[in-house]
Amino acid sequence: MNFFPKWCNTLRPVIGAGAAAGGLYVVALVAYGASPKTLNVGFAPEQPVPFSHALHAGELGLDCRYCHTTVEKGARAAIPPTETCMNCHTRIRPQSDLLAPVFASWSDGSSVRWKRVHDLPDYVYFDHSAHVTRGVACVSCHGRVDTMERVRQEQPLSMGWCLDCHRNPTPNLRPPEFVTAMDWTPDRAPEVIGAEIAAQKHIQPSTDCSTCHR
Amino acid sequence: MTVDSTSALHLDEPYARPVLVEGDRDIAAVTRRVCGVVEAPKPPKAWYVAITITSAMTVMLFGCVAYLIATGVGVWGNNSPAFWGWDIVNFVFWVGIAHAGTLISAILFLLRQKWRTSINRAAEAMTLFAVCCAGLYPSIHVGRIWVAYWLFPVPNQMQMWPNFRSPLLWDVFAVSTYATVSLLFWYMGLVPDLATLRDRATTKLRKGLYGFFALGWCGSARHWQRYERAYLILAALATPLVLSVHSVVSFDFAVSQVPGWHTTIFPPYFVAGAIFSGFGMVVTTMVPARELFGLKELVTLRHLENMNKVILATGSMVGLAYATEFFIAWYGGNPYERFVFLNRALGPYWWAYWLMVFCNVVAPQFLWVKKIRTNLWAMFVISIFVNIGMWLERFVIVVTSLTRDYLPTSWGYFAPTWVDICTFAGTFGLFLTLFLLFCRYLPMVAIAEVKTVLPAAHPHGGHGHKEGAHHG
Repeated sequence: MNFFPKWCNTLRPVIGAGAAAGGLYVVALVAYGASPKTLNVGFAPEQPVPFSHALHAGELGLDCRYCHTTVEKGARAAIPPTETCMNCHTRIRPQSDLLAPVFASWSDGSSVRWKRVHDLPDYVYFDHSAHVTRGVACVSCHGRVDTMERVRQEQPLSMGWCLDCHRNPTPNLRPPEFVTAMDWTPDRAPEVIGAEIAAQKHIQPSTDCSTCHR
Repeated sequence: MTVDSTSALHLDEPYARPVLVEGDRDIAAVTRRVCGVVEAPKPPKAWYVAITITSAMTVMLFGCVAYLIATGVGVWGNNSPAFWGWDIVNFVFWVGIAHAGTLISAILFLLRQKWRTSINRAAEAMTLFAVCCAGLYPSIHVGRIWVAYWLFPVPNQMQMWPNFRSPLLWDVFAVSTYATVSLLFWYMGLVPDLATLRDRATTKLRKGLYGFFALGWCGSARHWQRYERAYLILAALATPLVLSVHSVVSFDFAVSQVPGWHTTIFPPYFVAGAIFSGFGMVVTTMVPARELFGLKELVTLRHLENMNKVILATGSMVGLAYATEFFIAWYGGNPYERFVFLNRALGPYWWAYWLMVFCNVVAPQFLWVKKIRTNLWAMFVISIFVNIGMWLERFVIVVTSLTRDYLPTSWGYFAPTWVDICTFAGTFGLFLTLFLLFCRYLPMVAIAEVKTVLPAAHPHGGHGHKEGAHHG
């Protein structure tokens, strides 16, 4: 009359362990599985033009600000207009097939449809100028762009990741003149330099909700 | 009392135990009667009619919830200044109803009130179904329901924790603990009865399903010994919850600084109200259910009368709390508090306030009369009044205070939308659908427990088998 045969009794510790492990699994799933660290890092979409940062920023040594002109003044770091490309490419490789979308854009005035890599949620207010002018380097958030053939997301850009730096900014501060340098190595411990800059510029990042969620 | 007193008077003699099971009072008959409801090839016609209506309402509920999730909480009437509206009102209303089951099964068990045995199963089931309806509201009113897990303290990418100082978080724990313990308590009590159904089953499907959920119960002495022990432990665990859950719910209001909410009377007042509304709902559902499924001899008039007495007592407590609130508003000398209470009674929501007073304070007073509290129609009508009144109580508390707070520039008048109304009606559909399914597929009365109050279990008297016996 019993639904369960006797050997089911041996399953009891397994079921108990399974229930406990199941709880832990859910917590781990939310903590790691649903984190941008897992979901977003490494995102590197194919772009309409195979623009190589490794070539332009690395080999040729163009400064970030040559193209991303507004980064020190505005909230956004500005995707350069086609005109910026054409400053050089009217003369350099003007027949290249790879550049066809750029030339098309140049001739009819439409935009090149670049794909956004670093995309914060709409409810987050982020200002590039506030960070760059205080000495947070490009490389701190975007990684070694000068070695990337195709740009990929290096950092999680999660809220916890933002807060890590807002709570303790000193390891990520450097003299503003080196902000765009990709391979700058501090001569002393970065915390010491960062602490000096923080004291000098009165850098006390806020962690209020309204700092980023306005 | 003289020897030739009538039997009705006899019941009120303190030393004569009332008859808890009427009619055919042998052990097998109880099993036959309760299992008969489940095993009947077809339920009564009224069951089909009822479940057609209630399941349609449930579909409407799911539709409203889907619309809300797809569109946003703006589809409800909640708006400045009443940011809390029917969602909170209905949440508190359903949580309150959920209190009767555990009170009957845990507190009355610990107090050895044997009359609980006939009604505890159904009341506990109602508790669970009411918690389902209540739990729905907090999870959908967060707006972005896909991040509702933020309510729980799970490590996450935002490095954010819920606000442990907020009573809304305490609520999450209080209600989820309550739901868990109620479910365990109910299910554990079901196990021996499920085994009975399994052993009587004639089809493979029934045997398999009831057998699976009976967890291998074979009724051995060791099983019973462990069962009794575990039941006692769960009853002891559930007892403080009856008091704590609605206290915590009342903190949602009492911890804030809104006039009319910020009072220390809220926890006891809410608990009394919850038990009041819970018993109201038990009477509302049990009166028709015992007729429909022929359980009149198990759920006797005596049971209903006892529940009506609880309604009378808790209803009077609620009335006392209303009066105390007014007294303190006057005696405390706080002009804001005084205004809020005058506004409750005489302001734009006067109709809700006085309807509430009639339903909660005046209507139950009729239960002093024995003729009324033993009349099925009368108690049914009064229990409906109790349900309406307790819903209005939460409405009055939430809405009158919010629409008339410190700043007269932001005063307003709350109006529900059709989504509010259909969602609320839909929760009744869900509640009743689950209850109807429960009546049809699970033993509505705790078979094993009722047997313990039969004469066969007490060869030395008690519970009316030896009228006038001087011992228990």
